[in-house]
Amino acid sequence: MTGKNELRRYHAAVWDEPIVMELGHPGRRGQVFAEAEPAVVKAVGEARDLIPAGMARRAAPRLPELSEPEVQRHYLHLSQETLGMMGISLFGTCTMKYNARVSEAVAARPELAEIHPHQPEETLQGVLEILHGFDLILRELSGMDQFVFQAGGGADAAYTHCCVTRAYHQARGQLQQRNEIITSIQAHPCNAATAAAAGFKVITLQLEEKGYPSPAALKAAVSKRTAALLINNPDDMGIYNPDIKEWVRIVHEAGGLCFYDHANFNGVMGKLRARELGFDACMYMLHKTFGAPKGGGGPAVGAYGCSKALAPFLPAPVVVREDGKYRLDFDRPQSTGKIREFWGNVPQVMKAYAWARAMGAEGINEASDISVLANNYMDKKLGEIRGLTRSNPNAGKWRMEMTRWSLGKLKEDTGVGTAEVANRMADFGVDPYWMSHEPWVVPEPFTPEAGEMYSKEDLDYWIAVIARIVQEAYEDAGQVKSAPHAQAIHQIKGAPLEDPEQWAMTWRAHLRKRGNGAAGG
Amino acid sequence: MRPNESSAHPWMANSLADIKQAMLREIGAKSIEELFQQIPAGHRLKTPLKLPRQLKSEAELKRHLVSTLARNGTCEQYLNFLGAGCWQHHVPAVVDEIVGRAEFLTPVWGSPQSDHGRNQAWFEYASQMGELLNMEVVQLPVYSWGCAIGHAVRMASRLNGRHEVLVPSLIDPERLSVIRNYCEPVEMARHIDIVQIAHDKKTGGLDLRDLRAKISPKTAAVYFESPGYLGMIEGQGAEIAKMARSHGAETIVGADPISLGVLQPPADYGADIAVGPTQPLGVHMNCGGGVGGYIASRDEEKYVRQYNGFLVSITGTAQPGEYGFSLSCSHQTSYGMREEGRDWTGNSVYLWAIANAVYMSLLGPQGFREVGDLILSQAHYAAKAIGRIKGVRIAFPKGFFKEFVVGFDGTGKTVARINKALLRRGIFGGKDLSKEFPEFGQSALFCVTEIHTKDDIDRLVAALKEIVGT
Repeated sequence: MTGKNELRRYHAAVWDEPIVMELGHPGRRGQVFAEAEPAVVKAVGEARDLIPAGMARRAAPRLPELSEPEVQRHYLHLSQETLGMMGISLFGTCTMKYNARVSEAVAARPELAEIHPHQPEETLQGVLEILHGFDLILRELSGMDQFVFQAGGGADAAYTHCCVTRAYHQARGQLQQRNEIITSIQAHPCNAATAAAAGFKVITLQLEEKGYPSPAALKAAVSKRTAALLINNPDDMGIYNPDIKEWVRIVHEAGGLCFYDHANFNGVMGKLRARELGFDACMYMLHKTFGAPKGGGGPAVGAYGCSKALAPFLPAPVVVREDGKYRLDFDRPQSTGKIREFWGNVPQVMKAYAWARAMGAEGINEASDISVLANNYMDKKLGEIRGLTRSNPNAGKWRMEMTRWSLGKLKEDTGVGTAEVANRMADFGVDPYWMSHEPWVVPEPFTPEAGEMYSKEDLDYWIAVIARIVQEAYEDAGQVKSAPHAQAIHQIKGAPLEDPEQWAMTWRAHLRKRGNGAAGG
Repeated sequence: MRPNESSAHPWMANSLADIKQAMLREIGAKSIEELFQQIPAGHRLKTPLKLPRQLKSEAELKRHLVSTLARNGTCEQYLNFLGAGCWQHHVPAVVDEIVGRAEFLTPVWGSPQSDHGRNQAWFEYASQMGELLNMEVVQLPVYSWGCAIGHAVRMASRLNGRHEVLVPSLIDPERLSVIRNYCEPVEMARHIDIVQIAHDKKTGGLDLRDLRAKISPKTAAVYFESPGYLGMIEGQGAEIAKMARSHGAETIVGADPISLGVLQPPADYGADIAVGPTQPLGVHMNCGGGVGGYIASRDEEKYVRQYNGFLVSITGTAQPGEYGFSLSCSHQTSYGMREEGRDWTGNSVYLWAIANAVYMSLLGPQGFREVGDLILSQAHYAAKAIGRIKGVRIAFPKGFFKEFVVGFDGTGKTVARINKALLRRGIFGGKDLSKEFPEFGQSALFCVTEIHTKDDIDRLVAALKEIVGT
């Protein structure tokens, strides 16, 4: 933001925006639809009479009744009551990026927004060309032989791998025997969770001295029951596991498959290829590394790629190019079946393709350079702030594109922990950081990731915000603990969220329970 | 090069040599390459990265994207009658404006305070869905309708410890394939058997005799849809739910929310868990990339404790009278409990939940009534007119919502041939069912919605008449 280390004055918009269910007036309309034409009514009669007996709705839904501009204004106010990356967001593990407006403009065109996946292939050549073109780009980045985009996020891609793993071992008659998936405690929780949801027993390796499990621990874990390894590298600490090739060898020797969760690709893109390290499959999050927007949690894409040997087991369809034309190949008898209906969040794939084209090989290389440089720059500066300690102090001087930090010392000294610091950050127009996945391997963690978008001035500003909050913690801990002070609302009450007598996931539940002392209204 | 000239990339503020040098100086490194010392040399790229030419100029990039996509034919250029899980409905302009707002479009998560407006919009999604569904708990949407069914079936299985689900035989094969993955192969310890129930030949609904024969104390859940894949409204919902209850099984019902202004919500005829698509509520087709799935239930703790994803609850704040929102019961998700959590969660289609919220606010009770009535009238008008063409038959001429099955056996022509001829006339015909459901012969699933006019339907009918030669 600013070039000087002076902090801006900031206050979020406060609209005291009522809940939409409280707004409106009976009879007001935000959309109207044409009545059926007389000839239609003449032919079929009244719509009511077309519904089977007893299946017509009796009481109208109690939805709000608003005019169109009232609806527009209400949701504009809600957008303004969302900080939403309008300042600086260094949300580690999610790789915050610029989401190019040109891609949004193109995605909104009818050539993408108004097409149907079952249209005849000759009317889908443009979109198929982009899907295939992006497949080729990811193949070059990963060394894999085929990508699909069906998975609706990174976790769904991990799940895809578990399904592909099942199909692979099933085809070899070994699924019953190979019912274990190995991961590490530092891998994203979705790796363990999707493995379990796919029916596997999960073996979780613990971290050792160097910050990652040892090859010896992995050797002790593999057996004839091993179906696959699901692992990320580098981890969220910014540590690269140099034994990873050995890991792949150990798992392959035991007859398992190796899946590279490339959530943390930003620091290594253009530097290494998953297939060249021996992995059978990998996953990229297009809404993270490849510049498609996050949407506050999707629509997202976990692009899943694999080797030739695994390709027959991929969910169908895959896009193929033949004689200068593109077509969808559904005829895949060994396929694991569908992970999700249709072919994936196609507009997001287009945006990722646009990002990769705009960056090119040189831009992608430069982006990983800048990400790693910027993180180490931040490490240096954050290390100068009292109360902060870097995880794994013995792991070497330089980290990858993010680093896990601890506020354990700050908490000991002042009683202010990482959640409180996060709440306070927003008061400076900076989105709260990512702390850490469960379980916390360092006390009071936070994980900044600079990425390639933000300027050096932005990084300096972000560091200055942390320094200011730490200073506050030492001088006036109450100011931080009672934060935020400049947001649309005050600190929320946590207890009702976990109390069945008070929680209310809908307005109608709230109306029934509000006597129980839960919400504000 | 003049001092202010550079080859900076417009999306990378630090892509300048002097800034990189300053940062290297600050940290005391000689080169950027030095910072990658953690990666062993043998792990680095074997061959340099070769990608298509960089398109750094926005003008050039846009030209490339637009000219490539121009090779598509769109449902604005063609008259479209395809549905089958991805439907062409009207998307109000205000919806597009709101989901395009950068505050909603680009970020990930903040705190309940910094994300207040977004969390409120999510709560409003759930609240309005709750009114349409007459249910008190609505989770943020999962990836798709099929995925919602998958999670709901697993919820039921965890609730009653049973491992069998009954589903209709007339189900979208694509959806069924998704469900099969969720139910796990037979080799897995927690495999859930999928048993299909025959359909009533007259109504297209479940054949209750077959259901009675197959339901048992092993049944975890009975799943059916209304309207179903082939458009049919299930008229025996209450009987099915009653039968499920008497066997200790959960009733899971799939319903298209755009029908709920005119059709009974599943809860009213006994559903324990409701699921369905969210794309009809204000999301463009996006080549199938607009799909999402809702899951809802009563507010009973035993159900709430089985949700896999994000439940957004209203709460209070430090200021009396002020609303706040945050995640409820988040520890039970995979984020909190890894492999011990409920299935898994992660990014889904949460931006579309905001689209859905705006859409429902715009329509209100009257809008839902109107759109439902219009769809019913026009779809029946189309079916009736098509059914009068010689050799053409409507498989279930009554009791459908927006989709219906058109049989072409009497014309001696295949659907493939008819659809080709329609395409030449600027029309996307219905989805070919001849391979999915050979029992209906050469047949196609046509979809008619509020976006069609009587003239559109008449044009389709005229084209069909010409093609089948009457």
